Amino acid sequence: MDLLEFQGKQLFAHVGVPVPEGRVAAAPGEARAAAEELGGRVVVKAQVRVGGRGKAGGIKAADGPQAAEEAAATILGMDIRGHRVNLVWVERATEIAAEWYVSFTLDRGVGRHLAMVSARGGMDIEAVAASDPAAVVRRHIDPVVGLADWQAADLVYRAGLERTAARPAAATLRRLYRAFVDLDCDLVEVNPLVLTAGGEVIALDAKVTLDSNAFFRHRDFEAFREAFQEDPIERLAREKGLGFIKLDGSVGIIGNGAGLVMSTLDVVSLVGGAAANFLDVGGGAGAETISGALEVLTRDPAVKAVLVNIFGGITRCDLVAQGIVTALGERELPWPIVVRLDGTNAPEGRAILAEAASERVIPAATMLEAAQRAVELAGGR
Amino acid sequence: MAIYVDETTRLLVQNLTGREGSFHAMRNRAYGTNVVAGVSPGKGGQDVQGVPVFDTVSAAVEATGANTTLCFVPAPFASDAILEAAAAPGMRLIVCITEGIPAQDEARVVNYLRQTTGVPLIGPNCPGVISPGKANVGIMPHEICLPGRVGVVSRSGTLTYQAVHELTTRGIGQSTCVGIGGDPVPGTSFVDVLSRFEADPETEAVVLIGEIGGEAEEQAAAFIKAHMTKPVVAYIAGFTAPPGKKMGHAGAIISGSSGTAAAKKEALEAADAVVVTYPTEIGEAVAAL
Repeated sequence: MDLLEFQGKQLFAHVGVPVPEGRVAAAPGEARAAAEELGGRVVVKAQVRVGGRGKAGGIKAADGPQAAEEAAATILGMDIRGHRVNLVWVERATEIAAEWYVSFTLDRGVGRHLAMVSARGGMDIEAVAASDPAAVVRRHIDPVVGLADWQAADLVYRAGLERTAARPAAATLRRLYRAFVDLDCDLVEVNPLVLTAGGEVIALDAKVTLDSNAFFRHRDFEAFREAFQEDPIERLAREKGLGFIKLDGSVGIIGNGAGLVMSTLDVVSLVGGAAANFLDVGGGAGAETISGALEVLTRDPAVKAVLVNIFGGITRCDLVAQGIVTALGERELPWPIVVRLDGTNAPEGRAILAEAASERVIPAATMLEAAQRAVELAGGR
Repeated sequence: MAIYVDETTRLLVQNLTGREGSFHAMRNRAYGTNVVAGVSPGKGGQDVQGVPVFDTVSAAVEATGANTTLCFVPAPFASDAILEAAAAPGMRLIVCITEGIPAQDEARVVNYLRQTTGVPLIGPNCPGVISPGKANVGIMPHEICLPGRVGVVSRSGTLTYQAVHELTTRGIGQSTCVGIGGDPVPGTSFVDVLSRFEADPETEAVVLIGEIGGEAEEQAAAFIKAHMTKPVVAYIAGFTAPPGKKMGHAGAIISGSSGTAAAKKEALEAADAVVVTYPTEIGEAVAAL
């Protein structure tokens, strides 16, 4: 789960990484009040869960309360790469002596943590990494041992961070790494981590991605969602424990397992249709999960036909069929459902559907046949 | 021969008394797998349809000579259960079905196993391993399998079933089917499984099922090119998946353009693997080898 900048900064402050003082504002007047409280020069920053805010004009400096209010009025409501700005973060401006880049993430290729540090942080870090790879120092960290003190120092010196600030820089790296591990993050990225004119090391930005699989030991993290602008269909799907992504087509997709669902999207596209969504019911889905998935699709007016593609393993096809029958009984479904069942208890599942004898349900023998039929019923692309 | 599991497998099921554990353990036993013990802390002395339950893995191994474990322990406790299994003398394979283990736990456990005991871990978040006609260790629907000479390896559970189904309906049997799982830090990689298939005299060809994300398929392609003499048929899912809206720069800096379905297909084709477009073509492509 991606956090907003100000939420990431809350976590940083909690682990002892200095961040500029600031306030959240949802309206220009609130930004003005925040600037008055903070005093002096401030920066008004769009709070969206996507990169490229600076280039999109979502970050503006302001000399005082009036300018802060005006900046917030411009930024609030902006669309940044498909994300509407509903909140801004107003923080005390920092006098910057140097801008660095720091991140900790998991390198899936080798299955170890990866630290990346550069003395050339800022908006163009990806371009720097592409044109001058040596400018970004990369070091793998053994997750069993963690970031050793010598490694933090090695990163600082090899990246060429200002020598006068080597100690606080290394200490900041160690704290950020602890946050990455102890708070179960998939990503901790600070761009820029700055050295101030006064010699302090401060995180001017925070990109934090939390691992929702670990929320059982961080119960308070769920509350971060309150600040997100979540699509109502996506929220319903999440509350029902479904993996859901809205897409542009007209064939509603329900499947079990991310791989099979992705493959279903591909096949629907190859036979001339387009999927309205990605919906993975996960492993071991019961009848309630399936009827819930169908309910989610009823909320999307773009759906013209539904394709249920299940290959049972830990998921039992009889329970899937029961879920479809339940949904048919609970509500008027506005579209035909093409159903393909194979694997665990598939014959039982097919029998349940045959017995229900609903004209809304169209059985299909193979994945390809099911995709062709669903695309046809949805009226093509 | 087959790989990982066969007639010599003596299976222990961790959390045998749970709903999924008991259901699939009994299915595996019905298939002919030698299910010798279960572990559920606090329930030692009970049995599940005749399979004795122990409090700890070491006690179960001592009493029954179990050499393989199948783990259904819930995500918050699963990484501990894997470490417990790895510590038991004589344990030669750990298969973990559990979905949703925190990535930090997984990274620690996988690296620890690599550095210490070296016991192979398949999964987590995988469907397990089946050597048709010999043993099923996991949740794969064995009804769709047929004994034979094609090895199957996949990151996706249900796509594994789809691939096996395509083979079996054409009368093409399988030596072993391995689901390595789609988690960020899988215990076993494509390369680990490919090297076993290459060495297995009963495997004549391999089907590899990949998906977008990470670089496992690219690594597999490099291995195929350098070391495989047996033909490989591959399928990649995710050509039309929307690009992930990643927030930070780190992902882009690490991977550049790799990780897309097109890049994986290209890498595998450059290694002389046959890459099919539809999952339904897997059977045809293997038949045509």
